[in-house]
Amino acid sequence: MFSFDLLLEAILFGILLGCFYAAVSIGLSVAFGLLDVPHVAHPAVMVFGAYCTYLLARYGWDPIVAGLVLMPFFFLLGMAIYRFYYEAFEKRGTEAGVRGLAFFFGLALIIEVGLILGFGVDQRMVEARYIGRSLALGEMRIPMRMLVAFGVAVALTAALTLYFSRTFTGRAIKAVAQDEPALRLLGANPVRIKQWAFGIATAVTALSGAMLIIVGPVEPGLDRVYIGRTFAVVVLAGLGSMTGTVAAGLILGISESIVLMQFGASWAPAVAFGLLLVVLGLRPQGLFGR
Amino acid sequence: MKAPGRPFWIGAAVAIGLAALLAGTIRYEYFFYAAYIPLTFVVLATAWNILGGYAGYVNFGTAAFFGLGAYTAVVLFKSLGAPLAVQILAAATMSGLLGFGAGLLTLRLRGIFFAIATVALIVIIQTVFINWRYVGGATGVQLLRPAPIAPFTSYIKMLFVLMALMAVTAVAIARYIETSWIGRGLRAIRDSEEAAEASGVPTLKLKVFACTVSGALMGAAGAPMPMYLSFVEPASTFELNYSIGALAGAMIGGTAHWLGPVIGALLLSSLQQVVTVTISNEVNVLVVGVLLVVFVVAAPEGILGLLTKLRRRAPTRGAPR
Repeated sequence: MFSFDLLLEAILFGILLGCFYAAVSIGLSVAFGLLDVPHVAHPAVMVFGAYCTYLLARYGWDPIVAGLVLMPFFFLLGMAIYRFYYEAFEKRGTEAGVRGLAFFFGLALIIEVGLILGFGVDQRMVEARYIGRSLALGEMRIPMRMLVAFGVAVALTAALTLYFSRTFTGRAIKAVAQDEPALRLLGANPVRIKQWAFGIATAVTALSGAMLIIVGPVEPGLDRVYIGRTFAVVVLAGLGSMTGTVAAGLILGISESIVLMQFGASWAPAVAFGLLLVVLGLRPQGLFGR
Repeated sequence: MKAPGRPFWIGAAVAIGLAALLAGTIRYEYFFYAAYIPLTFVVLATAWNILGGYAGYVNFGTAAFFGLGAYTAVVLFKSLGAPLAVQILAAATMSGLLGFGAGLLTLRLRGIFFAIATVALIVIIQTVFINWRYVGGATGVQLLRPAPIAPFTSYIKMLFVLMALMAVTAVAIARYIETSWIGRGLRAIRDSEEAAEASGVPTLKLKVFACTVSGALMGAAGAPMPMYLSFVEPASTFELNYSIGALAGAMIGGTAHWLGPVIGALLLSSLQQVVTVTISNEVNVLVVGVLLVVFVVAAPEGILGLLTKLRRRAPTRGAPR
């Protein structure tokens, strides 16, 4: 019944899956973790990115290149979304919580249905040299697509960590997250910085979307599954911690993979949400919280 | 407010009477199939508003409470052949208990954290029922409706009148909460939880109470659903659309007054039915999304807020007060 080899394979697969989860959550880690925007539409934007990648891939583009090309456009989209959110809710202040949440919820619905109307409910996938092949490692076979996602995830996390610690704007974003009124007193404009940061978060989400469609076929309703996963990772990580995001992604990936092996696929979706509930109930500031 | 309550109770009696009259006169059964759904959403939106509107805690998990209620009814029906009234009471109890648990979560969670935790409830409970063979697992189970009870000639008419009764009950409960000290306490929590706690409002007790009542009503609304469909299956029972409908109904109608969710839910789900039938199911969800966004941005007080504004503006145009 229980085999050590199988467990090892589950853990290895879990690590790859975990890095992928970290990569799809990192945009949310910025938007929600650092900026406190209740961005429940994050997974929907990601699925939208996956469909844009799909469109470009039909013209023979490599999905990763497509994802990179999409980033500036998503950056602008993110700035627009934040601007709208700011004007409509943050500026008014009172009760922004409930309405802001409802707004992003509605936005997610609109994106999802827009995709259904544009592409239908069928699953879509892309083709590339590394999709469908796998790397043999002794008895184990590791799908190349997971390795690609793993590589991109590591690069993305490293780039963002460097950005937030080394560049002026990056540090300014962290400053907004820590103490917005203080920044205002210094004469800086927190809204512009947050707008910029939200743009970056959304640009990263475009690349996440490209990875999403590399790892598996996508459908418009996929964002509902990823609400749990991305928020579980971000909350588990402690809001806004980039390295924490990777660690949390790994925890989720490995636990999901083990549950998948031991109990079967029908229990796997509950793992992310179960983990999320436990963390929220016991340690809402997350494992690496600020 | 003069003669508080009398117009309300007259209205409630008229609503139930109207439902009974319709059941007695209209022969066309599809009408009751169609009308049952908006009534369900009246219960859901009203229940959602007790926590979301008064206390400001956004619950995305309506589907969890609704689905748990539906499955509680199915388990009782399959194992004991329990009558519908018992099923509804049991469903309300189970979902009330779930609401109690969710209420305890509010001790630590607010805002988006609470909202996300309630989404987690949907998926976890749904997963449990997907894996429970006795109630059909992922494929679901067919249910054979028993004969309708005495004065009714058709089961669907009975469900319609029952749901109308439940809607009126839910609204009466919400109205009671709104106008009593409980509602004042909940509104204090919404405006500033710290200030409320500091002024001696028993915040945790009130939040747990609101969660429990809200959950119980949602569960009760879910209980007759398996009988309505003669079928139960996890994916559609825990459908996120129930959460969306409850939230959107309340937000669109207006969350400050008990009448808001009633208007919002009736308009929204009737519109949805029309759009589903005439255009498509996808456009129907799109309509909800767009309306929700438009209302939270442009009319944060909902339809009721718009009406109040209109009424306030009217006298200045020369109408005598």
